[in-house]
Amino acid sequence: MWKYITQRILLMFMTLFIITGICFVLIRMLPLPPLPAEDPHSVIVEMQREAAGYNKPYMVQFGIFLKNIFTKFDWGVSDKLYIGREVADIFLDKLPATIIVNIYSILLSIPIGILLGIFAALKKNTWIDHTISTLTMVVISVPSFVYAFIIQYVFYYKLNILPALMNAGKDFFTWSMFKSMLPAIMSLSFGVIAGFTRTTRAELTEVLTSEFMLLARTKGLTKTQATVRHALKNCMVVVLPSIFGQFISILSGSLIIERIFSVPGVGTLYLNSILAPDYPLFMMLTVFYTSIGLVAAIVVDISYGFIDPRIRMGSKK
Amino acid sequence: MENKFENIPKELFEFAQLDEVLHDKKMETKARGFFADALLRFKKNRSSVVAAWIIGFLILFAIISPITSPYTIKDKDVIYQNYPPYIEGMAEKGSSIFNGGKVLASQNEQSLDKWHAIGKETGMDPVIGIRGTEEVESKHRGQTRITKYYKLELNQYYAVGIRTQTFSYEEFADIQRFQNETGIQVIYPWVEAKDIAGIDNDPSIWYQVSDAKGTPVKDENGNWIPAYSSNSAIEGAPYNSQRIEGDPGTWIYSVRKSGAVSARFCYYNYYIYKNGHVPRYLFGTNVMGQDLFMAIGVGARFSLLFALVVSTINLFIGAIYGAVQGYYGGKIDMIMDRVADVLSGLPFIVCVTLFQKHLANQVGAVGSFLFAFVLTGWIGMSALVRKQFYRFKGQEYVLAARTLGASDKRLMFKHIFPNSLGTIITSCALVIPSVINSETNMTYLGIVNLSEFAGTTIGTLMSQGQSVATTSPHAMVFPAIFISLLLISFNLFGNGLRDAFNPSTRGMED
Repeated sequence: MWKYITQRILLMFMTLFIITGICFVLIRMLPLPPLPAEDPHSVIVEMQREAAGYNKPYMVQFGIFLKNIFTKFDWGVSDKLYIGREVADIFLDKLPATIIVNIYSILLSIPIGILLGIFAALKKNTWIDHTISTLTMVVISVPSFVYAFIIQYVFYYKLNILPALMNAGKDFFTWSMFKSMLPAIMSLSFGVIAGFTRTTRAELTEVLTSEFMLLARTKGLTKTQATVRHALKNCMVVVLPSIFGQFISILSGSLIIERIFSVPGVGTLYLNSILAPDYPLFMMLTVFYTSIGLVAAIVVDISYGFIDPRIRMGSKK
Repeated sequence: MENKFENIPKELFEFAQLDEVLHDKKMETKARGFFADALLRFKKNRSSVVAAWIIGFLILFAIISPITSPYTIKDKDVIYQNYPPYIEGMAEKGSSIFNGGKVLASQNEQSLDKWHAIGKETGMDPVIGIRGTEEVESKHRGQTRITKYYKLELNQYYAVGIRTQTFSYEEFADIQRFQNETGIQVIYPWVEAKDIAGIDNDPSIWYQVSDAKGTPVKDENGNWIPAYSSNSAIEGAPYNSQRIEGDPGTWIYSVRKSGAVSARFCYYNYYIYKNGHVPRYLFGTNVMGQDLFMAIGVGARFSLLFALVVSTINLFIGAIYGAVQGYYGGKIDMIMDRVADVLSGLPFIVCVTLFQKHLANQVGAVGSFLFAFVLTGWIGMSALVRKQFYRFKGQEYVLAARTLGASDKRLMFKHIFPNSLGTIITSCALVIPSVINSETNMTYLGIVNLSEFAGTTIGTLMSQGQSVATTSPHAMVFPAIFISLLLISFNLFGNGLRDAFNPSTRGMED
């Protein structure tokens, strides 16, 4: 098992390295945005570019880039959006908002999603199950900005109980901040809830029909006891890893929601860096999002083995 | 006894019949093929059948709406922007939908009067109805004053009322010709600012006023008193067309302005003159003044075609890639798997951005967008095909075919590949909505701008709608309904197909 994990992680780093390399070269090949002449920061950016080897061969540039990251965590300076500021600083500045919104949304989604899923599975093939399953299907299909619109329209414009946009600032744990985050959290949660419901329902229906459930009933457990002690435990084997996966994937999926509700987070920053364009920022965030995707896949994969000892990792079939 | 049936002499046997050649009895039921079988199962799934009908309807909508709409994607009205749905016939009959109505809150007595005045002059009263009243008490110099505020539903198209604009002499003459032909009054008499207390920024005032706030002076019957100018010293363009009711023949209709004429005109009627028909916006207009009914059709045409092209290419590449991977296995499989890993690790948004920046100048925005989809889109398909190949390549019939001397290519595509056909068809139906979804997301975010090529896209329409979502929700609602319906029904349809083709996995998700 440990061998398998090391192998997976090494492979992940290799993939990350290749993607970073390709993106790096492709981004450096693009023409640089002109610097504002009268801005004093232009000189700094100019020097930084010189130090990053902008007129040397791409491989040398990539070497300098990697060396700076590993020795001083230096990702270059922003040359358009926040001219002259360290890219890594900007990123760390924006990260908390994204993470907090995501954590809230996961905390909201897990209980609702799993409960709905259990409910649907227990009432399999009744109208309750059909309603829940159809709704899940609908919610998964509809793009997230449609929810964002509905939530904004209903809660802000019609009822006027929630603000339209998230407050600026850093005091994340005040009530007014939480209130202003709610629309974004709710819009994010729709899809996640539906995802959990679907996974839980599918898993639990399968577990409920397996033979050990029959055994549990024959040895005298009530239906509730059997479900809680045996079925749920087994169903969580699949649901728990998907929580890790979901958490990491909302991080990368919240671009649109962050933009609509102007959450001062990484997603908004990423979009702005693309539209500006601000290449050093774009480069760093590309690496960030790539690693998130890769880590999500690996975490889900490995956690199966930890949670369920029956699954042997990396064994040859 | 036991020998009774042994050694029966040959002569005792006789033929039952000799005249006919006997065959096996023909099957009485019809043999059902793979696809017919799947179709039968599919038809049993009611929600998928409904979804299929909805898809058909939406495709029909995409084809028909740009044809039936009187507008094209190039028609952009400068005034009627973000205006609600409007059909003239419905509005005249007092319908509550398609009446171009929008509710405006906190309108006082004076503004209500002003809306009515517009109606009085143009003959088209914008006030559809009063949706609510509110009385606000305020203290003014020690006295309690009660101000009445109305919630008014106004026909936005009529509410534009009269505007002023500078016309060339030719256009002015042409409008007069139009007036003579149709009897529709476009040009209204000029009002001089000095006659209406110096108000020079409100062309809709045509009556005598008492102050610069525009409080009207009324006669004993409560009617407005016209303040049209009959100043013959003002030089205008020649006006030989119909005059409005009550004109003694001296009112002037235009004012000269450096080689052109300035005139007051009714925008609604001017619109008829310009376009040859009354405004007809079934879904309203967007921020650019385009007809949403037509624009959604145009965007949907692009989305559907694009998704179809992308998924065809991806299925093709994915099928071949997966076939090679699965069939040869071993080292080749491992290397190809790493390549797929790297490509799938690349976030889609990065891929789109880089393609846009590098290739958009050479192959256009759509071309580079297509490349971005093709670069990563086939991976899921190839994984599916690979799995099928692993399952079937060791089976006896493949071995038999190989022993008979079948080449690799023949084994792959003639013997093993058909097994994955069901999977491919199913995933095709699920790939289309995911392509449409990503395409909508990318155009919504503004990372790709396809308006030049496609006219508009659903994503673009929605991002335009989002910016005015609170004031003109229709601009967001109609594209949102369309795209949601499309995605939901495609997914339901795809699930139905999957269940039909792989009955063993029915009820299991993904």
